[in-house]
Amino acid sequence: MGLSADRTRPARSPTRVIKASPDGIKDVTTPLSDADVESLKSGDRVRITGTLYTGRDAAHARFLPLMDEDKPLPFDVRGQIIYYTGPSPARPGMVIGSVGPTTGSRMDKYAPKLLALGLKGMMGKGSRSMEVRAALRKYKGVYFGAVGGAGAVLSRYVRKVEIVAYEDLGTEAIRRMEVEGFPAIVVNDCHGNDLYQEGMKAYAR
Amino acid sequence: MREIHVSAISDAVKKLCMDANWDLGTDMLRAFDRALTTERSPAGKQVLEMLKDNAQMARTQKIPYCQDTGFVVCFVELGQNVHITGGLLTDAINTGVSQGYTEGYLRASIVKSPFDRKNTGDNTPAVIHVDVVPGEHLKIMVMAKGGGCENRSKYKMLTPADGLDGVKDWILECIRTAGPDACPPLIAGVGVGGTFEKAAILSKKALFREIGSSNPDPAVDAIEKDVLERANRLGIGPQGYGGDTTAFAVHIVTYPCHITSLPVAVTIECHAHRHKEVTL
Repeated sequence: MGLSADRTRPARSPTRVIKASPDGIKDVTTPLSDADVESLKSGDRVRITGTLYTGRDAAHARFLPLMDEDKPLPFDVRGQIIYYTGPSPARPGMVIGSVGPTTGSRMDKYAPKLLALGLKGMMGKGSRSMEVRAALRKYKGVYFGAVGGAGAVLSRYVRKVEIVAYEDLGTEAIRRMEVEGFPAIVVNDCHGNDLYQEGMKAYAR
Repeated sequence: MREIHVSAISDAVKKLCMDANWDLGTDMLRAFDRALTTERSPAGKQVLEMLKDNAQMARTQKIPYCQDTGFVVCFVELGQNVHITGGLLTDAINTGVSQGYTEGYLRASIVKSPFDRKNTGDNTPAVIHVDVVPGEHLKIMVMAKGGGCENRSKYKMLTPADGLDGVKDWILECIRTAGPDACPPLIAGVGVGGTFEKAAILSKKALFREIGSSNPDPAVDAIEKDVLERANRLGIGPQGYGGDTTAFAVHIVTYPCHITSLPVAVTIECHAHRHKEVTL
């Protein structure tokens, strides 16, 4: 689906607010609306259900000329979450192999442009640049942290996987993953907060 | 003269690669448990519990602990009375890596050229360091080295005037700037002395020592403990969510150096600290 095909927002009540479940965790379903994003705050634990698109260095590098020339991307990014991961191969009979996050900062160069196009979420690990954090505020986006190096456990939450584009990139191809209750934490919200800075400040001795 | 056929080397490397990725060392599992007794941060504790769960699942289901199954770094001790037959040592190691990664459903993460960036498809080649030693044995130590933490490794040429305090501050600076990006709790492998390349290689080799063990040199052991204690006061914590467990260990290996130099290399290693070894 090209970006130019449909400019309408994903169907979602614009006033919905994500509240924490009794266990203190916020249940997030995709696609995300501005209101969804606004109701998430750094440090919030979340469970994500719905669709995640995987993409990392090589796929983002291919996005860049497309975005510069205003051409459609391989999937409609509006309301979606890109998960920075390159999964390990699935064993026969398994949905996917190990599927933890990679370092988000390597995608800093591309993220503001994707957020301008309507991308709502990114998930990875590690700090983002000031430019990305400014873009999260400007376009209302959120950066989730998944636990790096917990790829085996995280594979439990993936129900279905299909390659959407760039199959030649192997592990770096874009995959559409259907997930249920995928655990993450809000690192950077759309209000300018940063879990890493807050956490370090709280525990530095 | 003892003969070792290349097929024995390939078979050994294949198994080491698979085991390293599935079976996190018991020293690491003990480090998780120790940290759970001291960590104050609830988010940090949740991360540590998840990592224990992850290690268990990786071992029992033979799914890699981390999807980044690493660059294979191989340290070889070749007894000088060993004659390798049937081919070349490096080819034998790379055959083992290829078989281990393909048959073990491990990720291929190596590109052939840093510029064209085309994946080699089987995680070869390995980075191989060979030391010739006395004897008739062949020891192979394999590490699956993650890329995210490797990207935060650093090198600095200090001066003799910078001294021990300068070395400590630099290691701490490396841990601080690695921060949440390198998947803490971290391990810092440190090479001090030698030349530019010697210090870097020693910083990798330092990682093979058992986590939680003391440095055989009491003076260096005191340095390690001091830097580790300071690192864990930084507040970065597991995954950088804030907490008391920023590093599990600081391992230092030294080498004589030039009167003008004080080289310090710091390899940053994540909690997915995967290595195995065998002696043939």
